[in-house]
Amino acid sequence: MSEPASTAATTTYREALREALRDALRADERVFLMGEDVGRYGGSFGVSRGLLDEFGPERIRDAPLSESAFVGAGVGAALGDLRPIVEVMTVNFSMLALDQIVNTAASLSHMSGGQFHVPLVVRMTTGGGRQLAAQHSHSLEAWYAHVPGLRVLAPATIDDARWMLGAALDDPDPVIIFEHGSLYGMEGEPWEESPVRPIDLEHAVVRRAGRDVTLIASSQSVHVALAAAEVLVADGVEAEVVDLRVLRPLDGATIVESVTRTHRAVVVDEGWRSVGLSAEVSARIMEGAFYELDAPVERVCTLEVPLPYPKHLEDAALPQPQRVVDAVHAMGLGG
Amino acid sequence: MGDLRMPTLGADMTAGTLLEWHVAPGDAVHRGDIVATVDTDKAEIDIETFDDGVVDALVVEPGTRVPVGTVLATLRADGEVPRMAAPVAPEPAVAVPAPPPPAPSAAPVVSAPPVAAAAPAHRRRVSPLARRVAADLGVDLAAVTGTGPAGAITRVDVERATTTVPGTTVPGTTVPGRAAVERRSADERLASLRAAVAALMARSKREIPHYTVQRTIDLTAALDWLDAYNAGQPPARRLLPAALLLRAVALAAHDVPEVNGTYEDDTFHPAPDVTLGVAISLRQGGVIAPAIPNADALALPDLMSDLRELTARARRGVLRGTDLGGATLTVTSLGDQGADLVCGVIFPPQVALVGFGRIAERPVAVNGMLGARRTVIATLAGDHRVSDGHRGSLLLASLDHHLQEPDAL
Repeated sequence: MSEPASTAATTTYREALREALRDALRADERVFLMGEDVGRYGGSFGVSRGLLDEFGPERIRDAPLSESAFVGAGVGAALGDLRPIVEVMTVNFSMLALDQIVNTAASLSHMSGGQFHVPLVVRMTTGGGRQLAAQHSHSLEAWYAHVPGLRVLAPATIDDARWMLGAALDDPDPVIIFEHGSLYGMEGEPWEESPVRPIDLEHAVVRRAGRDVTLIASSQSVHVALAAAEVLVADGVEAEVVDLRVLRPLDGATIVESVTRTHRAVVVDEGWRSVGLSAEVSARIMEGAFYELDAPVERVCTLEVPLPYPKHLEDAALPQPQRVVDAVHAMGLGG
Repeated sequence: MGDLRMPTLGADMTAGTLLEWHVAPGDAVHRGDIVATVDTDKAEIDIETFDDGVVDALVVEPGTRVPVGTVLATLRADGEVPRMAAPVAPEPAVAVPAPPPPAPSAAPVVSAPPVAAAAPAHRRRVSPLARRVAADLGVDLAAVTGTGPAGAITRVDVERATTTVPGTTVPGTTVPGRAAVERRSADERLASLRAAVAALMARSKREIPHYTVQRTIDLTAALDWLDAYNAGQPPARRLLPAALLLRAVALAAHDVPEVNGTYEDDTFHPAPDVTLGVAISLRQGGVIAPAIPNADALALPDLMSDLRELTARARRGVLRGTDLGGATLTVTSLGDQGADLVCGVIFPPQVALVGFGRIAERPVAVNGMLGARRTVIATLAGDHRVSDGHRGSLLLASLDHHLQEPDAL
């Protein structure tokens, strides 16, 4: 049997994800996990370790190296009233499955006049910071967040890692969950038991309250923003940190509500700056809070290069807390 | 293309502090546009550009004190390529295509040189929130100094502008830690104005051998004419006696050129036009003498309107650089509440000062009969290095003459 994670002193984001899978597999016979190396290897990032022994090869299925094929199989299984959870090793590899996700999973409900839903959950690893270079490190969440018919989730905390999956499976339409590779090992307090149901898959949340500037982020960038907020305390700046959580549909109301209080915003996004999530968030602020702005919206994003392999170059390319601090200073706060 | 330099706003000014930019690089400016505010010892002065062009770079940061003549900003002709790169180009700038190599053929090649697109004109940097708060609070943004990035006006600046007592802030607001350009308090300004007046007047008394002549001038004809004129005018267009006096001084200065000009480098430089300084006492104390250029060429209504605006600007403390430049003769008038006569002190490097006491009914003998008539006692303080009491008296006689023929004013 597994360790009783919920009673441990600390747990990890990875264990929270595993427990969510275990929970889902136990709760519904129709749920199964499929992907490259999810079975015997225990998942490329160790998320599904031990699940093969517990649930057997029918429900923990190693897939051949063809994202198009096994995501497509997941779409078919979902149409056949199963509840597939498909793991794609990294979002970079999911490009090979874009056709299945965008043209099929996201579109069928619309094209069939609501007759055919695709209750598919696709989990994929995203993000850099682990020296895995340009083909394993990118943050392409914005590409999926662009597509109507999908719900896109980005758990940044152990609680969200634990509870978002179950709620995603309850959604009759396809859901993409982005797990950040740098967060798997994140330790923290065990998740809260018996959360309020249904789990909120609609709203952003304020992770840290502040009055001077709003830092808007998702996934690993939430932690970059929180670290920057700590540094800014010394400058007398109280930064509010908003965790988007749900990248589609984007919770513009929470963003606007926060900026209406702080009058300044910095969007922190590990995606590239051009035509990305940060641009969308910035546009929502212009649309909803233009007359509240006391400074132009700033963005701290990954530099516009394929992510480099050497650590110092990768660090230089990714959003770091200091860049967020600098952006806040440039708005005339602190510094 | 010309540069914008720290102007000299009075003979006694050697340096000034740039307080605020009203333009940003890339802004199109035209001759006469207010581009910056400068703190002299006397007042905050809005300075204007004398050239048309596009602001190339702002060289001096707000808060910096620089000597007269220092380049504050560089201008370029509209269409000229910027001399300095934009400070931050977030995206790769569009490369200007290199000119094509000369065509080898003899055929004429018509090629338009690559011309940088004209920079768009920007309005002042005011955050949307600051604009909204200013509207809510009824704050005139023109009077607000921006302390945000690149001089932008933010909410804090607007709220600060609503507080009259230094050091107070609107409750519930946060003041950013960024250092704002320190404006001097009213007391500090008054002290420095007093010091500047003292320095200038001491120099005058030290260097200029004054003589003074006086003449009582009957204003009956002039004031009767004025009453008749004003009866047909709406209040805003009515003339004050001061306008008549200024007009008469400007004309008299043509008759006696020794009083109109400057004395510099041991030489008198007569001025071709009359740039008439007007001594204006400020309510909080101190005196300042901005000038009306070409006063001798202005018709009475124009002179009146210039005087009105100049007085208003001086009292609001928003004089422009050109207001303080180059008076050739100054008039001081103590008005209805003042003394009977004033023997003034010449503003260096000018060479004369005309003083008017209060206009009052006085007993005057005319044609052997004593009557009560409205008169003013005019004085002339002259520089003995340039003129003598005789010429000074002629000026007062000419002044009298012009005031007796108000129709010709």
